[in-house]
Amino acid sequence: MNIIVCIKQTFDTEAKVVLDKEGKVDSAGVTLVINPDDEYAVEEGIRLKEKFGGEVTLVSLGNSNTITALRTALAMGADKAVLIDDPALAESDELGAVEVLAKSISSHNYDIILTGKTDVDTGASQIPVRLAEKLNLPSANMVTKLEIDGTKATTVREIDGGKETLELTLPAVIAVQQGINEPRYPSVPGIMKAKKKELKTFSLADLGIDATSVAATMKIEKLSLPSARGSVRLIPGEAADAAIELARILSVEKKVL
Amino acid sequence: MAKILVYIEQSNMKIRRVSLEILSKAREIADQAGDEVVAVLLGQGVEALTKEIIPYGADKVIVVDDAQLANYTTGAYTSVMNKIIKEQEPQAFLLGHSALGRDLAPRLAQRLGVGMVDDCIGMEYDATSYLTFNRPIYTGRAFTQVSTAVRPIIATIRPNTFQVQEPDSNRQAEIVKANAQIDAEDLRAIVKDIAIAVSKRPDLVEADFIVAGGRGMKDKEGFGVLEELADVVGGAVGASRAAVDAGWIDLQYQIGQTGNTVAPTLYFACGISGAIQHLAGMTSSKIIVAINKDPEANIFTAADFGIVGDLFQVVPLLTQEFKKLVNQ
Repeated sequence: MNIIVCIKQTFDTEAKVVLDKEGKVDSAGVTLVINPDDEYAVEEGIRLKEKFGGEVTLVSLGNSNTITALRTALAMGADKAVLIDDPALAESDELGAVEVLAKSISSHNYDIILTGKTDVDTGASQIPVRLAEKLNLPSANMVTKLEIDGTKATTVREIDGGKETLELTLPAVIAVQQGINEPRYPSVPGIMKAKKKELKTFSLADLGIDATSVAATMKIEKLSLPSARGSVRLIPGEAADAAIELARILSVEKKVL
Repeated sequence: MAKILVYIEQSNMKIRRVSLEILSKAREIADQAGDEVVAVLLGQGVEALTKEIIPYGADKVIVVDDAQLANYTTGAYTSVMNKIIKEQEPQAFLLGHSALGRDLAPRLAQRLGVGMVDDCIGMEYDATSYLTFNRPIYTGRAFTQVSTAVRPIIATIRPNTFQVQEPDSNRQAEIVKANAQIDAEDLRAIVKDIAIAVSKRPDLVEADFIVAGGRGMKDKEGFGVLEELADVVGGAVGASRAAVDAGWIDLQYQIGQTGNTVAPTLYFACGISGAIQHLAGMTSSKIIVAINKDPEANIFTAADFGIVGDLFQVVPLLTQEFKKLVNQ
């Protein structure tokens, strides 16, 4: 089974976000990790390989820092990695990113494409669905269970208020999330082996893509940081008194009850 | 006259509140811009719902009623919406940031070859760009204001972002029935089963009141005290990842960076330490109340009101007090 896993490198979710002088997010000194949902995709890809044989190929858009994320996923057990590193990608959006991902993936044979459902940095959940459309494939989103039988994939998806069982024919794009598995930690031998695994870097020109064609159509007008909530008003007293006082505040002062 | 298209989401013949929130806001924007609001309703046997839509501000309702639309599937719904958008040529197409919205919107945007904005927590009319959106990035640790020159503008809006306006029962609107015309190649995924948890409580992301529990709940049974409080105010019960990982409550109730993002009027965090990943899912709540034994718990830095104490003592007392207030 030929498995493609798309991953992105993102800020550690504990990292503090600050803006630089130009009002852009300052990544200096921030710990970078594999996007949490994508880590589930890497794990699921490796499990499919362990079950059915084949190869896990990572595909990522990024820069020279992204190599660390790719090496981590290789150390977990992926076989090879493709990095598309081009300054034009920093000025792109999901429409452009999918153009590039699809072009790169099209040069591989694949039975399944796995990725995480949401990018924690941009907050966008567009990539897997767009990628499926671009490659003319079916897709399942927010997947917490995946079973494969021949070319049939049966997924369980989280939907509002419940779960849905959705059946698709491979090849397909499967966007996974928490609940599907517990990603493994890279082992020491895994880390050693990862250093020797194939990691190829391409520019947009290498893929035959004109950099201007991936320029963002969505314009970010400004970034801002959350305004601090006022400090907490602790309600003193014994539990019974505190409960009465809180109920009074919420109904009389805040009028929410 | 330009149009704003609003997707009306229904499940089991019940219109989701987020759709009425967006419809209300679209009406306000259309009035500012001198444009019209077109509501779109897809499903099977849904035509009767049109009269529940019109009072919230639609000038026109397009209904596509077809057996192939009985359950949401990416392909069938994209096929139908793609045709409607090409025909209507709206300035904007707006949907809720629900499970359906986050699947349908990017599929459609890609098919139409346009960008889109996800999970907006603000949207205003702007004479230059028509709409500007505010949305969280870095799980709420920063915000971005976004606009686009491309049409249609496609956006998903987080539930509880806008108020549902008072319905105007005298409002008249044109009802247009359209045929589904689904391309055969769009029917590639088959829904085998849908299991919706039967609950008398409101949907978590749409609830006005949420009572959430974390590691401090101690076990599955511990959530009972939260359910009692939630039921007094007609609220929903949620949980932090710690409680989900412990197996005390299902993943669908998780609030945080992974899981649901909620913005209720009132959020109770009970026995929740306040990890940054949890805060990411609830800091846009209007009022946050934290109840925790540990006065140093991080949740107090995110809360408006706090009680330092044993939740198993405090929450039942609150339930009692709220009951008195609700009965008044």
